[in-house]
Amino acid sequence: MGITFRKETFRDDFTFRNSPEHIRRFPFPFHEDSYMYAVNIEPHVLGPKGSVLENLIDVDEHYVAEMQDRALVLAEDPLRCQSLSHMTLAGWDLLELLMEQQALGYPEHFTLTRDGDRWRWINRPLGIDDTFTFGDVSTLPYGPMEYITRQSQGDFCILDQRDGNLWMDAGMVTTQADWSLDFDIGMNFFEWHAPVPLAHEKGIFVRALKFLTNIQQGKPARRLNWTMTINPRLDTSPENYHKWGPDRATVTPENVGEKVHLRVELQSFWRLPRSNGIVFPIRCYLIKMDELVTQPKWARRLHRVIRDLPDELANYKGLTRYRATLVEWLSKLDDGSPTSPGFGPD
Amino acid sequence: MAAKSIISRPVYGTLSAQPGKHHLFVADAEGALAISDLAAKVPAGFFADAHIIFIPGNDGKHVAALEALNPAQFYQGPSFASALPRLKQTLANAHMGLRLYLAGTEGLIGQAMQAALEAGIDHTAIQTEHRGSLARRVQCVHCKGITESVTTQPATCSHCGLLLLVRDHYSRRLAAFQGVCINAEDRSEIPPTEEIFR
Repeated sequence: MGITFRKETFRDDFTFRNSPEHIRRFPFPFHEDSYMYAVNIEPHVLGPKGSVLENLIDVDEHYVAEMQDRALVLAEDPLRCQSLSHMTLAGWDLLELLMEQQALGYPEHFTLTRDGDRWRWINRPLGIDDTFTFGDVSTLPYGPMEYITRQSQGDFCILDQRDGNLWMDAGMVTTQADWSLDFDIGMNFFEWHAPVPLAHEKGIFVRALKFLTNIQQGKPARRLNWTMTINPRLDTSPENYHKWGPDRATVTPENVGEKVHLRVELQSFWRLPRSNGIVFPIRCYLIKMDELVTQPKWARRLHRVIRDLPDELANYKGLTRYRATLVEWLSKLDDGSPTSPGFGPD
Repeated sequence: MAAKSIISRPVYGTLSAQPGKHHLFVADAEGALAISDLAAKVPAGFFADAHIIFIPGNDGKHVAALEALNPAQFYQGPSFASALPRLKQTLANAHMGLRLYLAGTEGLIGQAMQAALEAGIDHTAIQTEHRGSLARRVQCVHCKGITESVTTQPATCSHCGLLLLVRDHYSRRLAAFQGVCINAEDRSEIPPTEEIFR
Protein backbone atom coordinates (compact mmCIF):
# COMPACT_ATOMS: atom_id res chain seq x y z
CA MET A 1 0.00 0.00 0.00
CA GLY A 2 1.40 3.35 -0.99
CA ILE A 3 1.39 6.69 0.77
CA THR A 4 -1.57 8.98 0.22
CA PHE A 5 0.06 12.32 -0.51
CA ARG A 6 -1.74 15.32 0.93
CA LYS A 7 -2.60 18.39 -1.13
CA GLU A 8 -1.56 21.23 1.14
CA THR A 9 0.37 24.48 1.40
CA PHE A 10 3.19 25.85 3.55
CA ARG A 11 2.43 29.51 2.78
CA ASP A 12 -0.51 31.88 2.25
CA ASP A 13 -3.51 29.81 3.43
CA PHE A 14 -1.31 27.26 5.31
CA THR A 15 -3.40 24.14 4.80
CA PHE A 16 -0.65 21.82 6.07
CA ARG A 17 -1.93 19.20 8.56
CA ASN A 18 -0.70 15.88 9.95
CA SER A 19 -2.94 12.84 9.72
CA PRO A 20 -3.53 10.95 13.03
CA GLU A 21 -0.92 8.33 11.97
CA HIS A 22 1.60 11.09 11.29
CA ILE A 23 0.96 12.72 14.65
CA ARG A 24 1.89 9.46 16.39
CA ARG A 25 5.05 9.03 14.31
CA PHE A 26 6.21 12.62 14.92
CA PRO A 27 9.86 12.61 16.05
CA PHE A 28 9.34 14.31 19.41
CA PRO A 29 12.82 15.51 20.37
CA PHE A 30 12.77 15.56 24.18
CA HIS A 31 13.59 12.39 26.08
CA GLU A 32 13.33 14.16 29.45
CA ASP A 33 11.59 17.23 30.92
CA SER A 34 14.41 19.67 30.18
CA TYR A 35 16.69 20.58 27.28
CA MET A 36 20.30 21.61 26.90
CA TYR A 37 22.73 21.16 24.00
CA ALA A 38 24.52 17.86 23.88
CA VAL A 39 26.43 15.93 21.23
CA ASN A 40 23.38 13.74 20.81
CA ILE A 41 24.70 11.82 17.81
CA GLU A 42 23.85 8.13 17.41
CA PRO A 43 24.11 5.55 14.62
CA HIS A 44 21.46 6.09 11.94
CA VAL A 45 19.98 2.60 11.95
CA LEU A 46 16.47 1.44 11.10
CA GLY A 47 13.83 1.97 13.79
CA PRO A 48 10.37 0.57 14.44
CA LYS A 49 7.83 0.11 11.66
CA GLY A 50 5.52 3.09 11.50
CA SER A 51 8.17 5.50 12.84
CA VAL A 52 10.10 8.11 10.85
CA LEU A 53 13.03 5.68 11.10
CA GLU A 54 11.28 2.87 9.27
CA ASN A 55 13.47 3.90 6.34
CA LEU A 56 16.80 5.73 6.51
CA ILE A 57 15.50 8.32 4.04
CA ASP A 58 11.93 9.01 5.10
CA VAL A 59 9.23 9.87 2.58
CA ASP A 60 5.87 10.84 4.05
CA GLU A 61 2.42 12.19 3.23
CA HIS A 62 3.82 15.71 2.80
CA TYR A 63 6.28 14.73 0.03
CA VAL A 64 4.52 16.15 -3.01
CA ALA A 65 3.47 19.39 -1.31
CA GLU A 66 6.98 19.95 0.05
CA MET A 67 8.50 19.50 -3.40
CA GLN A 68 6.02 22.01 -4.82
CA ASP A 69 6.96 24.49 -2.10
CA ARG A 70 10.67 23.97 -2.86
CA ALA A 71 10.06 24.71 -6.54
CA LEU A 72 8.34 27.98 -5.57
CA VAL A 73 11.26 28.99 -3.33
CA LEU A 74 13.82 28.24 -6.05
CA ALA A 75 11.89 30.17 -8.67
CA GLU A 76 11.91 33.18 -6.35
CA ASP A 77 15.52 32.81 -5.16
CA PRO A 78 17.86 30.47 -7.08
CA LEU A 79 20.69 31.22 -4.61
CA ARG A 80 19.12 28.70 -2.20
CA CYS A 81 20.79 25.98 -4.25
CA GLN A 82 24.53 26.36 -4.78
CA SER A 83 27.46 24.09 -5.44
CA LEU A 84 31.09 25.19 -5.60
CA SER A 85 32.87 23.95 -8.71
CA HIS A 86 34.75 21.08 -7.02
CA MET A 87 31.54 19.53 -5.64
CA THR A 88 29.96 17.99 -8.76
CA LEU A 89 31.25 14.49 -8.01
CA ALA A 90 29.74 14.70 -4.53
CA GLY A 91 26.47 15.69 -6.21
CA TRP A 92 26.51 12.43 -8.16
CA ASP A 93 27.21 10.57 -4.93
CA LEU A 94 24.15 12.18 -3.39
CA LEU A 95 21.99 11.42 -6.41
CA GLU A 96 22.93 7.75 -6.13
CA LEU A 97 22.27 7.65 -2.38
CA LEU A 98 18.83 9.26 -2.58
CA MET A 99 17.68 7.27 -5.59
CA GLU A 100 18.79 4.02 -3.98
CA GLN A 101 17.24 4.77 -0.61
CA GLN A 102 13.93 6.06 -1.95
CA ALA A 103 13.60 3.13 -4.36
CA LEU A 104 14.48 0.69 -1.57
CA GLY A 105 12.03 2.10 0.95
CA TYR A 106 9.14 2.94 -1.39
CA PRO A 107 9.23 0.65 -4.44
CA GLU A 108 5.61 1.48 -5.26
CA HIS A 109 6.58 5.13 -5.73
CA PHE A 110 10.20 5.09 -6.98
CA THR A 111 12.11 2.78 -9.32
CA LEU A 112 15.77 2.88 -10.23
CA THR A 113 17.16 0.63 -12.97
CA ARG A 114 20.81 0.61 -13.95
CA ASP A 115 22.53 -0.69 -17.05
CA GLY A 116 26.15 0.27 -16.57
CA ASP A 117 26.19 4.07 -16.61
CA ARG A 118 22.74 4.26 -18.23
CA TRP A 119 20.25 4.86 -15.42
CA ARG A 120 16.49 5.12 -15.53
CA TRP A 121 14.72 6.88 -12.67
CA ILE A 122 10.97 6.75 -12.23
CA ASN A 123 9.38 9.03 -9.64
CA ARG A 124 5.63 8.34 -9.80
CA PRO A 125 4.38 10.91 -7.24
CA LEU A 126 6.02 13.72 -9.24
CA GLY A 127 5.41 12.17 -12.67
CA ILE A 128 9.09 11.88 -13.61
CA ASP A 129 10.60 9.20 -15.83
CA ASP A 130 14.15 10.12 -16.89
CA THR A 131 16.97 8.14 -18.47
CA PHE A 132 20.45 9.60 -18.11
CA THR A 133 24.14 8.77 -18.05
CA PHE A 134 25.56 8.66 -14.54
CA GLY A 135 28.46 11.12 -14.36
CA ASP A 136 27.41 13.14 -17.42
CA VAL A 137 25.77 16.40 -16.32
CA SER A 138 24.59 17.17 -19.85
CA THR A 139 22.08 14.30 -19.60
CA LEU A 140 20.10 15.83 -16.71
CA PRO A 141 17.98 19.00 -16.66
CA TYR A 142 19.86 20.28 -13.55
CA GLY A 143 23.16 19.50 -11.87
CA PRO A 144 22.98 16.14 -10.07
CA MET A 145 22.53 17.63 -6.58
CA GLU A 146 19.79 20.01 -7.66
CA TYR A 147 18.08 17.35 -9.76
CA ILE A 148 17.69 14.83 -6.95
CA THR A 149 17.09 17.30 -4.13
CA ARG A 150 14.17 18.79 -6.04
CA GLN A 151 12.76 15.28 -5.50
CA SER A 152 13.75 14.64 -1.88
CA GLN A 153 12.27 16.01 1.34
CA GLY A 154 14.57 18.01 3.60
CA ASP A 155 17.47 20.37 3.10
CA PHE A 156 20.81 18.95 2.02
CA CYS A 157 24.29 20.22 2.78
CA ILE A 158 27.29 18.58 1.17
CA LEU A 159 30.47 18.98 3.15
CA ASP A 160 33.93 18.63 1.69
CA GLN A 161 36.46 17.09 4.06
CA ARG A 162 39.98 18.53 3.99
CA ASP A 163 42.60 19.85 6.44
CA GLY A 164 40.85 17.99 9.27
CA ASN A 165 37.75 20.12 8.85
CA LEU A 166 34.41 20.02 7.04
CA TRP A 167 33.55 22.74 4.52
CA MET A 168 30.02 23.71 3.55
CA ASP A 169 30.68 23.69 -0.19
CA ALA A 170 27.30 22.73 -1.67
CA GLY A 171 23.69 22.65 -0.62
CA MET A 172 19.99 22.78 -1.35
CA VAL A 173 18.50 24.82 1.46
CA THR A 174 14.90 25.97 1.15
CA THR A 175 13.35 24.90 4.48
CA GLN A 176 15.97 26.21 6.84
CA ALA A 177 15.59 27.40 10.39
CA ASP A 178 17.04 30.85 9.87
CA TRP A 179 20.49 30.36 8.34
CA SER A 180 21.67 31.39 4.90
CA LEU A 181 23.43 28.98 2.55
CA ASP A 182 24.36 31.89 0.31
CA PHE A 183 26.20 33.51 3.21
CA ASP A 184 27.68 30.38 4.78
CA ILE A 185 28.78 28.51 1.63
CA GLY A 186 32.54 27.92 1.68
CA MET A 187 32.78 28.15 5.47
CA ASN A 188 34.27 25.49 7.70
CA PHE A 189 32.41 23.67 10.47
CA PHE A 190 33.30 26.16 13.21
CA GLU A 191 32.67 29.22 11.07
CA TRP A 192 29.16 28.34 9.96
CA HIS A 193 28.22 27.41 13.53
CA ALA A 194 29.76 30.62 14.88
CA PRO A 195 26.45 32.37 15.72
CA VAL A 196 25.18 29.47 17.90
CA PRO A 197 25.31 30.55 21.58
CA LEU A 198 26.64 28.46 24.49
CA ALA A 199 27.64 25.40 22.46
CA HIS A 200 31.18 26.53 21.55
CA GLU A 201 32.06 27.06 25.21
CA LYS A 202 30.86 23.54 26.00
CA GLY A 203 33.21 22.10 23.41
CA ILE A 204 30.23 20.71 21.49
CA PHE A 205 31.54 21.54 18.04
CA VAL A 206 35.07 20.23 18.61
CA ARG A 207 33.66 16.85 19.64
CA ALA A 208 31.02 16.84 16.92
CA LEU A 209 33.60 17.58 14.22
CA LYS A 210 35.82 14.77 15.47
CA PHE A 211 32.91 12.39 15.26
CA LEU A 212 31.78 13.55 11.83
CA THR A 213 35.19 13.45 10.17
CA ASN A 214 35.41 9.78 11.25
CA ILE A 215 32.09 8.70 9.75
CA GLN A 216 32.54 5.64 7.57
CA GLN A 217 30.82 4.65 4.40
CA GLY A 218 27.73 2.56 5.09
CA LYS A 219 27.57 3.70 8.72
CA PRO A 220 25.52 6.91 8.79
CA ALA A 221 24.76 8.78 12.02
CA ARG A 222 21.94 11.07 13.14
CA ARG A 223 20.79 13.61 15.69
CA LEU A 224 17.66 15.62 16.37
CA ASN A 225 17.48 19.39 16.61
CA TRP A 226 14.42 21.57 17.16
CA THR A 227 12.98 25.04 17.10
CA MET A 228 9.52 26.53 16.80
CA THR A 229 7.79 28.18 13.85
CA ILE A 230 4.67 30.28 13.64
CA ASN A 231 2.36 28.84 10.98
CA PRO A 232 3.48 25.70 9.12
CA ARG A 233 5.98 27.66 7.05
CA LEU A 234 8.86 25.70 5.56
CA ASP A 235 10.73 28.69 4.19
CA THR A 236 11.83 30.44 7.39
CA SER A 237 15.00 31.69 5.74
CA PRO A 238 16.82 34.80 6.90
CA GLU A 239 16.40 36.01 3.31
CA ASN A 240 12.65 36.28 3.93
CA TYR A 241 12.75 37.08 7.66
CA HIS A 242 11.27 40.52 7.02
CA LYS A 243 8.29 38.75 5.46
CA TRP A 244 7.67 35.99 8.04
CA GLY A 245 9.02 37.74 11.14
CA PRO A 246 5.75 39.61 11.77
CA ASP A 247 4.01 36.21 12.23
CA ARG A 248 5.72 35.97 15.61
CA ALA A 249 3.73 38.96 16.83
CA THR A 250 0.40 37.34 15.89
CA VAL A 251 0.30 34.67 18.62
CA THR A 252 -2.59 35.08 21.08
CA PRO A 253 -3.95 32.77 23.82
CA GLU A 254 -6.78 31.91 21.42
CA ASN A 255 -4.66 30.85 18.44
CA VAL A 256 -1.63 29.15 20.06
CA GLY A 257 -2.91 25.66 19.23
CA GLU A 258 -3.32 26.47 15.55
CA LYS A 259 -0.39 28.84 14.94
CA VAL A 260 2.52 27.60 17.04
CA HIS A 261 4.41 24.64 15.56
CA LEU A 262 7.18 22.53 16.96
CA ARG A 263 9.77 22.16 14.20
CA VAL A 264 12.05 19.15 14.49
CA GLU A 265 15.05 18.48 12.31
CA LEU A 266 16.18 14.92 11.82
CA GLN A 267 19.76 15.48 10.77
CA SER A 268 21.71 12.57 9.37
CA PHE A 269 25.31 12.29 8.24
CA TRP A 270 26.53 10.01 5.46
CA ARG A 271 29.99 9.41 4.01
CA LEU A 272 29.91 9.68 0.22
CA PRO A 273 31.86 6.97 -1.63
CA ARG A 274 33.55 8.71 -4.58
CA SER A 275 34.12 12.24 -3.28
CA ASN A 276 34.80 11.29 0.37
CA GLY A 277 32.47 14.17 1.27
CA ILE A 278 29.75 14.04 3.89
CA VAL A 279 26.15 14.69 3.07
CA PHE A 280 24.05 16.16 5.79
CA PRO A 281 20.30 15.90 5.12
CA ILE A 282 18.22 18.10 7.42
CA ARG A 283 14.73 16.68 7.35
CA CYS A 284 12.14 19.03 8.80
CA TYR A 285 8.98 17.85 10.60
CA LEU A 286 6.26 20.28 11.66
CA ILE A 287 3.44 19.77 14.14
CA LYS A 288 0.99 22.34 15.46
CA MET A 289 0.32 22.52 19.18
CA ASP A 290 -3.27 21.28 18.79
CA GLU A 291 -1.93 18.10 17.17
CA LEU A 292 0.98 17.67 19.55
CA VAL A 293 -1.11 17.88 22.71
CA THR A 294 -3.29 14.99 21.58
CA GLN A 295 -0.45 13.03 23.24
CA PRO A 296 -0.71 14.04 26.95
CA LYS A 297 2.87 13.08 27.76
CA TRP A 298 4.20 15.38 25.04
CA ALA A 299 2.01 18.25 26.27
CA ARG A 300 3.31 17.97 29.85
CA ARG A 301 6.91 17.60 28.78
CA LEU A 302 6.90 20.40 26.22
CA HIS A 303 5.42 22.72 28.85
CA ARG A 304 8.33 22.00 31.21
CA VAL A 305 10.97 22.28 28.50
CA ILE A 306 9.80 25.64 27.15
CA ARG A 307 9.16 27.05 30.63
CA ASP A 308 12.67 26.17 31.86
CA LEU A 309 14.65 26.96 28.69
CA PRO A 310 17.60 29.32 29.33
CA ASP A 311 16.74 32.79 28.01
CA GLU A 312 19.75 32.84 25.70
CA LEU A 313 18.54 29.69 23.95
CA ALA A 314 14.96 30.90 23.76
CA ASN A 315 16.20 34.09 22.18
CA TYR A 316 18.41 32.28 19.65
CA LYS A 317 15.49 30.07 18.67
CA GLY A 318 13.30 33.16 18.22
CA LEU A 319 10.75 32.20 20.91
CA THR A 320 10.97 35.30 23.06
CA ARG A 321 8.04 37.26 21.69
CA TYR A 322 5.44 34.51 22.22
CA ARG A 323 7.08 32.28 24.84
CA ALA A 324 4.97 33.48 27.79
CA THR A 325 1.72 33.00 25.86
CA LEU A 326 2.78 29.50 24.83
CA VAL A 327 3.88 28.48 28.33
CA GLU A 328 0.60 29.73 29.82
CA TRP A 329 -1.40 27.77 27.23
CA LEU A 330 0.63 24.58 27.78
CA SER A 331 0.49 24.91 31.58
CA LYS A 332 -3.23 24.12 31.49
CA LEU A 333 -2.35 20.72 30.03
CA ASP A 334 0.29 19.92 32.67
CA ASP A 335 -1.14 18.44 35.87
CA GLY A 336 2.36 18.00 37.28
CA SER A 337 2.29 14.22 37.00
CA PRO A 338 5.53 12.49 36.01
CA THR A 339 6.36 11.71 32.40
CA SER A 340 7.71 8.35 31.30
CA PRO A 341 11.31 8.19 30.08
CA GLY A 342 12.02 8.24 26.34
CA PHE A 343 10.70 10.16 23.34
CA GLY A 344 7.55 8.30 22.38
CA PRO A 345 3.95 8.97 23.42
CA ASP A 346 2.43 6.77 26.17
CA MET B 1 41.49 45.87 18.88
CA ALA B 2 38.11 44.28 18.27
CA ALA B 3 36.35 42.89 21.33
CA LYS B 4 36.02 39.14 21.89
CA SER B 5 33.69 37.85 19.24
CA ILE B 6 32.48 34.79 17.41
CA ILE B 7 34.54 32.28 15.47
CA SER B 8 33.67 33.39 11.95
CA ARG B 9 34.87 36.93 12.76
CA PRO B 10 38.32 37.38 11.16
CA VAL B 11 41.33 37.65 13.42
CA TYR B 12 44.17 39.88 12.27
CA GLY B 13 47.81 39.71 13.25
CA THR B 14 50.95 41.76 12.71
CA LEU B 15 52.69 41.67 9.35
CA SER B 16 55.92 39.71 9.44
CA ALA B 17 58.32 38.98 6.60
CA GLN B 18 57.82 35.51 5.12
CA PRO B 19 60.39 33.48 3.22
CA GLY B 20 59.55 33.88 -0.44
CA LYS B 21 60.68 35.12 -3.84
CA HIS B 22 58.15 37.89 -4.33
CA HIS B 23 56.22 39.99 -1.85
CA LEU B 24 52.88 41.54 -2.75
CA PHE B 25 51.51 44.20 -0.41
CA VAL B 26 47.98 45.57 -0.60
CA ALA B 27 47.16 48.37 1.82
CA ASP B 28 44.94 51.36 2.35
CA ALA B 29 45.30 54.52 4.49
CA GLU B 30 46.94 53.69 7.84
CA GLY B 31 47.77 50.22 6.57
CA ALA B 32 50.89 51.93 5.20
CA LEU B 33 52.14 52.17 8.80
CA ALA B 34 52.01 48.38 9.13
CA ILE B 35 54.26 48.11 6.06
CA SER B 36 56.64 50.73 7.48
CA ASP B 37 56.83 48.82 10.77
CA LEU B 38 57.62 45.62 8.90
CA ALA B 39 60.24 47.45 6.80
CA ALA B 40 62.13 48.37 9.96
CA LYS B 41 62.69 44.67 10.73
CA VAL B 42 63.58 43.16 7.34
CA PRO B 43 67.02 42.63 5.78
CA ALA B 44 68.27 45.09 3.19
CA GLY B 45 67.04 44.30 -0.29
CA PHE B 46 63.74 42.77 0.88
CA PHE B 47 61.69 45.31 -1.08
CA ALA B 48 63.70 44.72 -4.26
CA ASP B 49 61.26 41.83 -4.87
CA ALA B 50 58.18 43.66 -3.62
CA HIS B 51 55.10 45.10 -5.28
CA ILE B 52 53.03 47.56 -3.26
CA ILE B 53 49.43 48.36 -4.18
CA PHE B 54 48.32 51.29 -2.07
CA ILE B 55 45.04 53.17 -1.77
CA PRO B 56 45.83 56.26 0.31
CA GLY B 57 42.26 57.47 0.69
CA ASN B 58 41.06 61.04 1.11
CA ASP B 59 43.93 62.53 3.08
CA GLY B 60 46.55 61.14 0.69
CA LYS B 61 49.09 60.47 3.43
CA HIS B 62 51.90 57.90 3.60
CA VAL B 63 52.68 57.72 -0.13
CA ALA B 64 56.19 59.13 0.22
CA ALA B 65 57.04 56.74 3.07
CA LEU B 66 56.12 53.72 0.95
CA GLU B 67 57.93 55.02 -2.14
CA ALA B 68 61.03 55.49 0.00
CA LEU B 69 61.14 51.70 0.52
CA ASN B 70 62.06 51.44 -3.18
CA PRO B 71 59.81 48.51 -4.04
CA ALA B 72 60.25 46.90 -7.46
CA GLN B 73 56.72 48.11 -8.28
CA PHE B 74 54.64 50.77 -6.60
CA TYR B 75 51.05 51.57 -7.50
CA GLN B 76 48.84 54.22 -6.00
CA GLY B 77 45.13 54.05 -6.75
CA PRO B 78 42.08 56.16 -5.97
CA SER B 79 39.92 53.24 -4.76
CA PHE B 80 40.00 49.51 -4.18
CA ALA B 81 37.83 48.97 -7.25
CA SER B 82 40.38 50.76 -9.42
CA ALA B 83 43.22 48.64 -8.02
CA LEU B 84 41.36 45.36 -8.41
CA PRO B 85 42.17 44.57 -12.10
CA ARG B 86 45.88 45.04 -11.33
CA LEU B 87 45.63 42.90 -8.20
CA LYS B 88 43.81 40.15 -10.08
CA GLN B 89 46.37 40.11 -12.87
CA THR B 90 49.25 39.99 -10.40
CA LEU B 91 47.64 37.06 -8.58
CA ALA B 92 46.83 35.23 -11.81
CA ASN B 93 50.43 35.55 -13.02
CA ALA B 94 51.97 34.72 -9.66
CA HIS B 95 54.40 31.86 -9.35
CA MET B 96 55.19 29.69 -6.35
CA GLY B 97 56.93 31.76 -3.74
CA LEU B 98 54.66 34.81 -3.91
CA ARG B 99 53.83 36.08 -0.42
CA LEU B 100 50.78 38.21 0.18
CA TYR B 101 50.49 40.92 2.87
CA LEU B 102 47.27 42.86 3.49
CA ALA B 103 47.06 45.85 5.79
CA GLY B 104 44.52 48.53 6.56
CA THR B 105 40.76 48.62 6.97
CA GLU B 106 38.70 45.44 7.27
CA GLY B 107 37.01 46.22 3.97
CA LEU B 108 40.36 46.41 2.16
CA ILE B 109 41.70 43.25 3.79
CA GLY B 110 38.49 41.36 3.12
CA GLN B 111 38.19 42.33 -0.54
CA ALA B 112 41.87 41.72 -1.31
CA MET B 113 41.59 38.33 0.41
CA GLN B 114 38.49 37.56 -1.64
CA ALA B 115 40.53 38.14 -4.83
CA ALA B 116 43.34 35.96 -3.44
CA LEU B 117 40.95 33.12 -2.54
CA GLU B 118 39.52 33.22 -6.06
CA ALA B 119 43.10 32.90 -7.34
CA GLY B 120 43.53 29.74 -5.25
CA ILE B 121 45.60 31.13 -2.36
CA ASP B 122 44.71 29.64 1.02
CA HIS B 123 43.57 32.25 3.52
CA THR B 124 45.84 30.88 6.23
CA ALA B 125 48.88 31.67 4.05
CA ILE B 126 48.05 35.38 3.92
CA GLN B 127 49.53 37.91 6.35
CA THR B 128 47.04 40.47 7.60
CA GLU B 129 47.19 43.47 9.91
CA HIS B 130 44.26 45.68 10.76
CA ARG B 131 44.95 49.42 10.91
CA GLY B 132 42.58 52.33 10.88
CA SER B 133 38.82 52.39 10.65
CA LEU B 134 36.61 49.56 11.97
CA ALA B 135 33.97 50.39 9.36
CA ARG B 136 32.38 47.25 7.95
CA ARG B 137 31.24 45.96 4.57
CA VAL B 138 27.82 44.51 5.18
CA GLN B 139 25.77 42.19 3.01
CA CYS B 140 22.03 42.56 3.44
CA VAL B 141 20.78 38.98 3.75
CA HIS B 142 17.44 40.05 2.29
CA CYS B 143 18.29 41.90 -0.93
CA LYS B 144 21.97 40.70 -1.13
CA GLY B 145 23.23 44.22 -1.74
CA ILE B 146 26.50 45.22 -0.08
CA THR B 147 26.71 48.45 1.89
CA GLU B 148 30.25 49.83 2.26
CA SER B 149 31.80 51.64 5.22
CA VAL B 150 29.11 50.90 7.78
CA THR B 151 29.91 52.56 11.11
CA THR B 152 26.59 52.31 12.95
CA GLN B 153 24.54 49.68 14.71
CA PRO B 154 21.89 49.24 13.40
CA ALA B 155 22.56 50.39 9.83
CA THR B 156 20.28 51.09 6.91
CA CYS B 157 20.77 48.94 3.81
CA SER B 158 21.80 51.31 1.02
CA HIS B 159 19.92 49.15 -1.49
CA CYS B 160 16.56 48.06 -0.03
CA GLY B 161 16.37 50.42 2.93
CA LEU B 162 15.71 47.82 5.64
CA LEU B 163 17.16 48.59 9.06
CA LEU B 164 19.86 45.96 9.63
CA LEU B 165 21.43 44.43 12.70
CA VAL B 166 25.12 44.15 11.75
CA ARG B 167 26.24 40.75 12.98
CA ASP B 168 29.78 39.57 13.71
CA HIS B 169 29.10 36.62 11.37
CA TYR B 170 31.51 37.09 8.46
CA SER B 171 31.91 35.49 5.05
CA ARG B 172 35.36 35.49 3.46
CA ARG B 173 33.79 34.51 0.15
CA LEU B 174 31.64 37.66 0.16
CA ALA B 175 34.17 39.74 2.13
CA ALA B 176 31.27 40.99 4.20
CA PHE B 177 29.54 40.87 7.54
CA GLN B 178 25.93 39.75 7.64
CA GLY B 179 23.13 42.26 8.06
CA VAL B 180 19.70 41.01 9.18
CA CYS B 181 16.57 43.12 9.56
CA ILE B 182 16.53 44.23 13.20
CA ASN B 183 12.81 44.99 13.45
CA ALA B 184 11.37 42.34 11.14
CA GLU B 185 8.86 41.17 13.73
CA ASP B 186 7.50 44.66 14.37
CA ARG B 187 8.60 47.38 11.96
CA SER B 188 7.41 50.09 14.36
CA GLU B 189 10.21 49.22 16.80
CA ILE B 190 13.11 51.52 15.91
CA PRO B 191 16.11 50.90 18.15
CA PRO B 192 18.53 53.78 18.71
CA THR B 193 21.43 54.04 16.28
CA GLU B 194 24.93 54.06 17.76
CA GLU B 195 28.20 54.72 15.99
CA ILE B 196 30.26 51.70 17.08
CA PHE B 197 32.44 50.68 14.11
CA ARG B 198 34.80 53.65 13.93
